[in-house]
Amino acid sequence: MSDTGRGSPFAPHTDAETTAMLDAIGVENQEALFDIPEDVRFDGEFGIAPRSEREIRREIQLHLDRDDDLTAFLGRGHYDHYVPSMVDHLADRSEFLSSYTQYQPEVAQGFLQALFEYQSMLVELTGLEIANCSMYDGASALGEAATLALRARSVDGTRVLIPELLADGRRAVLENYLAGTDATIERYPMADGNADREALADTLADDCAMVYAENPTVRGTIEEGLSEIGELADEHGALFCLGTDGVALSLLEKPANVGADVVVGDAALGLGASGGLGLGLFTTHEDFLRQVPGRLVGVGEDSDENRAYTLTLQTREQHIRRERATSNICTNQAWVALRAAMHAAWLGADGLVGLAEDCVTNARDLADRLDDIDGVEAPAHDRHHFREFTVRTDRSAADMREELEDEGFAVHAIDDHLLQFCVTETNAGQIDELAAAVEVVA
Amino acid sequence: MRYDQATWTREDGDENADTYEPLLAEKRSTEVAVDESPLPDDLTRESVALPDPSEPELARHYTRLSQMNYGVESGPFPLGSCTMKYNPKFTEDVAALPGAGTHPARSAASTQGTLELRHHLQTYLARIGGMHSVTLQPPAGAAGEFTGILVAKAYHEEHGNDRNEIIVPESAHGTNFASAALAGYEVVSLPSAEDGRVDVDALEAAVSDDTAALMLTNPNTLGLFERDIEEIAEIVHGAGGLLYYDGANLNALLGRVRPGDMGFDVMHYNVHKTFATPHGGGGPGAGPVGVVEELAPYLPSPQIEERDGEYERVEPEHTIGKVHGFAGNWLVLLKTYAYIARLGDSGLTDTSAKAVLNANYLASQIDYEIPFSPFHHEFVASADRDAADVAKRMLDYGVHPPTTKWPEIVDEALMTEPTEAETQAALDQLARAFNNAADDSDEALETAPERTAAGRIDQADAARNPRLSWQALDN
Ligand SMILES: Cc1ncc(COP(=O)(O)O)c(C=O)c1O
Repeated sequence: MSDTGRGSPFAPHTDAETTAMLDAIGVENQEALFDIPEDVRFDGEFGIAPRSEREIRREIQLHLDRDDDLTAFLGRGHYDHYVPSMVDHLADRSEFLSSYTQYQPEVAQGFLQALFEYQSMLVELTGLEIANCSMYDGASALGEAATLALRARSVDGTRVLIPELLADGRRAVLENYLAGTDATIERYPMADGNADREALADTLADDCAMVYAENPTVRGTIEEGLSEIGELADEHGALFCLGTDGVALSLLEKPANVGADVVVGDAALGLGASGGLGLGLFTTHEDFLRQVPGRLVGVGEDSDENRAYTLTLQTREQHIRRERATSNICTNQAWVALRAAMHAAWLGADGLVGLAEDCVTNARDLADRLDDIDGVEAPAHDRHHFREFTVRTDRSAADMREELEDEGFAVHAIDDHLLQFCVTETNAGQIDELAAAVEVVA
Repeated sequence: MRYDQATWTREDGDENADTYEPLLAEKRSTEVAVDESPLPDDLTRESVALPDPSEPELARHYTRLSQMNYGVESGPFPLGSCTMKYNPKFTEDVAALPGAGTHPARSAASTQGTLELRHHLQTYLARIGGMHSVTLQPPAGAAGEFTGILVAKAYHEEHGNDRNEIIVPESAHGTNFASAALAGYEVVSLPSAEDGRVDVDALEAAVSDDTAALMLTNPNTLGLFERDIEEIAEIVHGAGGLLYYDGANLNALLGRVRPGDMGFDVMHYNVHKTFATPHGGGGPGAGPVGVVEELAPYLPSPQIEERDGEYERVEPEHTIGKVHGFAGNWLVLLKTYAYIARLGDSGLTDTSAKAVLNANYLASQIDYEIPFSPFHHEFVASADRDAADVAKRMLDYGVHPPTTKWPEIVDEALMTEPTEAETQAALDQLARAFNNAADDSDEALETAPERTAAGRIDQADAARNPRLSWQALDN
């Protein structure tokens, strides 16, 4: 078992078993079971040496140690919120972790219930009636929203309006999701960080399938007139898609109250230290129920008339509808959704709202500190902020970013003279050190 | 020995008689007013109502839910096409190392260790698939298909080819059709030949100037190796199309034949299948995409490249852009790296040997017709009665059943993939479950399962009256 080089340590056959099994099948050896023409056979080697667990753990640790130990003040859609230990321990239970899509609901009630609870929490947070049980990330959720808009809209509009300021990843993924359609993506201008509603009113017309806005925006500003956008979209029969995240939802205006038809975003809950795993939120109105991408968990009854959970409305999905499915998604991010639900339940309403309020005050505190420094102006936009904000710099932002890295901090340089800082409870303790470093490089 | 899959059994007169475990919201929920926030009132919501059980209560809630869930460690899990193999524990520890997940916007200069690991994994996967370059960005198999088809599309566009069709065998996975359609293609469905493989004549007739690509998995969903693969490649290439490999079934072939050697131009690897990363109750997985040299300039951005010992993020010349908002499911990929390193050449080769051995042994022990052979890591048996009923009955015998009713080419299909991780004894247990279910009366099948956390669930009824949140439960 501890040996390396003798085959797979995870294939448990003894030689005697292998022989007995080959006898039962009626073949001489294992290779006789492969029906592969000689011509295409691979007789080379991968050149991958097997290593022991201990060696691999050390090897990977040594690699990770080569990453600089920086304190990151990075955000722009990817947020580092502290995840309580309980989440790791319970989500790691192998019955959860090593299960799969709930094709046999009678032996998957536990995961189904947890996903149902996740959906319900999103329904509460967004005010919309339908939440699916995960997309890959916020960017693909946005792409899915746009394809939904094109399918669901009765008028044949093909323009998709997105904010001029948007994370590159989201825009690029959206472009790919629309590559197979005749939709065109147009950017509407921003005014001081927020959607320029007048410009938007001028460009919004009946040939628009969807308007997308974010709250908070990619620069962390909080939108001030979302219901106006909702009304405008409604007037023209366009879908209003709102991008946000799981923490901001608990504090900012409820999407349903500003007229949002679809809410998407990166969850920001349940991820763990800087993630490395995504979780795309997707919620919408009941009207679009049959157009929803991905899996949905519903409640039904079992043969004893007891409450039971099951995947439902599967005729929307690829395994049944094939090329006419609402999406191509199969494997999703269910386990991250489980973690997000655990995280939210652990926080409770009080904890979640408190966390969101800290996102406002921490960002404000850091901006105030930085604004006192000569050569920088913070925040660059005269707006309320959530978690992050931009900073105008006299010096080159790229140079400052690099020098801050030498001082031990990772920040965004997003334009010639704009830096961006994101602060959460995980780095709020280092605000003083960061401000001191900015003072050095400003 | 009898194995009940419901650890928690209902008793008459239970307080929560109609639920095994109350919903969080039914335990304790608090509504909090948002009225003293640091923001002006017109920017905030009025209140939030969420469950807020204490940590001990939550621990019990989720432990209990986990006990009502069947995973790979609960017992055999021969869900065909899904490769539900054992997930080694140490890979979880590797992914949990401090510093394993850095923010995707960190500079290349400050994350050389992580980038080197990504580069190593790209290299490993390229060698295993016989490909030139690999992107790690796609977050699942279907996302890999979408990426690969976009790469093919960009390639054709760059060469001035206007091609609007993707050919997909009828027996392919639903995502193949859906991914091709998402990329804007007409899907041409290719019927199978009598022997369950690609009908070469039909393919010949189907290809044309409009053919952008043929999507194929090999062994196919019946477990059969497409023996005519070289001819198939010739036909597709001859018509100017590309050959796409759906890597879902790679577990059958490791070390024996590589997609690149069979003539495939672009492929995805399904790491939650072949490389043992946990399926997580539905995900996350990862679907890296490999391409031949000619297609490398079209890969998503960024690619990780090495120059003089430095690792850089590079934008390929004709990149299709991005298919994930960040850097894909990196922690899943890290587990993939650890698994491949643990196995090495000999372990990977042995994996396929044992996966194929197990499928063939199990098939030899069950009293079911298996219309198509010789199969490899999976076989498709015919239930000869309602496959869904047989599956429900198998639950009562303490195992997870196979994939049912797909591929449709087999009547009442039971698509069975035991994986290399099962012992002979576990396979015998599985065979007994198959055979007992075959011997059981129609009535026993129709009323099954009876030893599970829930009885048979009426899915049609749940879909007719959709209740998708606890808020909808009172309706
Ligand atoms: C044959 C086949 N192709 C493609 C896929 C899609 O992969 P994923 O679920 O990772 O998106 C699957 C698995 O579900 C499959 O079995």
